[in-house]
Amino acid sequence: MLASVATGSKAASVGGVFLIVSAFLASAVEMVEALTIVLAVGVTRGWRSTLIGVGTATLALAVVVAALGPALTLIPISVLRLVVGALLLVFGLQWLRKAILRAGGFKSLHDEEAIFARERAEAAEARVEEVAGLDWYAFVLAFKGVFLEGLEVAFIVITFGSAQGSIPLAALGAAGAIVIVGTAGVLVRRPLSRVPENTMKFGVGAMLTTFGIFWGGEGTGVSWPGGDAAILVVLGFVVLSALGLVRLLRWQRERVEAVTAVPVGVEP
Amino acid sequence: MKYVVGFFRFWYDFVVGDDWRVAAGLSVAFGMSALLAHHGVPAWWFLPPAAIGLLGASLWREVRHSSR
Repeated sequence: MLASVATGSKAASVGGVFLIVSAFLASAVEMVEALTIVLAVGVTRGWRSTLIGVGTATLALAVVVAALGPALTLIPISVLRLVVGALLLVFGLQWLRKAILRAGGFKSLHDEEAIFARERAEAAEARVEEVAGLDWYAFVLAFKGVFLEGLEVAFIVITFGSAQGSIPLAALGAAGAIVIVGTAGVLVRRPLSRVPENTMKFGVGAMLTTFGIFWGGEGTGVSWPGGDAAILVVLGFVVLSALGLVRLLRWQRERVEAVTAVPVGVEP
Repeated sequence: MKYVVGFFRFWYDFVVGDDWRVAAGLSVAFGMSALLAHHGVPAWWFLPPAAIGLLGASLWREVRHSSR
């Protein structure tokens, strides 16, 4: 009895750590991308309207989490795990797909410096249109940048947190990333181009895929051997398979380039 | 009308992403998993390779498209 309680609490703490790490990494990746847009707009168009846009988007995201979070807890846990598992699996495979294509050389790595330069040039060219005392271009661009990049993180926090039974823990991971990336952005005042975005994306993709498989499986009535400990086995399988796919893509790219002597793919 | 189309397009891109066949394949995989579990067959082994298989197939389509 005591042993099973100890095993259960250990599994729950492993789940909690995964939850915080996943929310942290997902938030950090999206925050780095949002920060690039916000910096480019703020430096070019001024900070007042830009920061109001950032604040409004953050409030809107908080409303999404506050409204959907409690609503999800009303759904029966088996249905919730099926829906959440399916969503996490779809998100996870999207993240993994992009990360593998980038690691394999079929998509260019996210270049924050290039995106920063492009956004700055566009922001400088756009004409000033004042609405309610705000530079509308700066407000809308900052709002869209933060809200759209943050929406996926909000979904991850809500779904992951509710299926694991702790939205606050997921929110803690996301908030940690927002504070760290935000502080770094204020300090360096440049895009954070040295952040290993693709590796982080690969890690988040692997974790979302793992939990999607696990909870989606439970939602369809699957009984996992070893209970929650099966999460680690599924994670190992997903990571090894994904690394194998990266190798396969690199091998394919080298093979095609050797035959045609023309670089393959590499589109953003 | 433009906004309605934009709204649905946004959610389609957000949930389904770059390859709709992955989302469609996952629906079938979940259905199969539920069917196996319903008939008392241990089905824990089914979803992990199904998900990776769908990912591999999607990557393969992209690689073939890029290599042309």
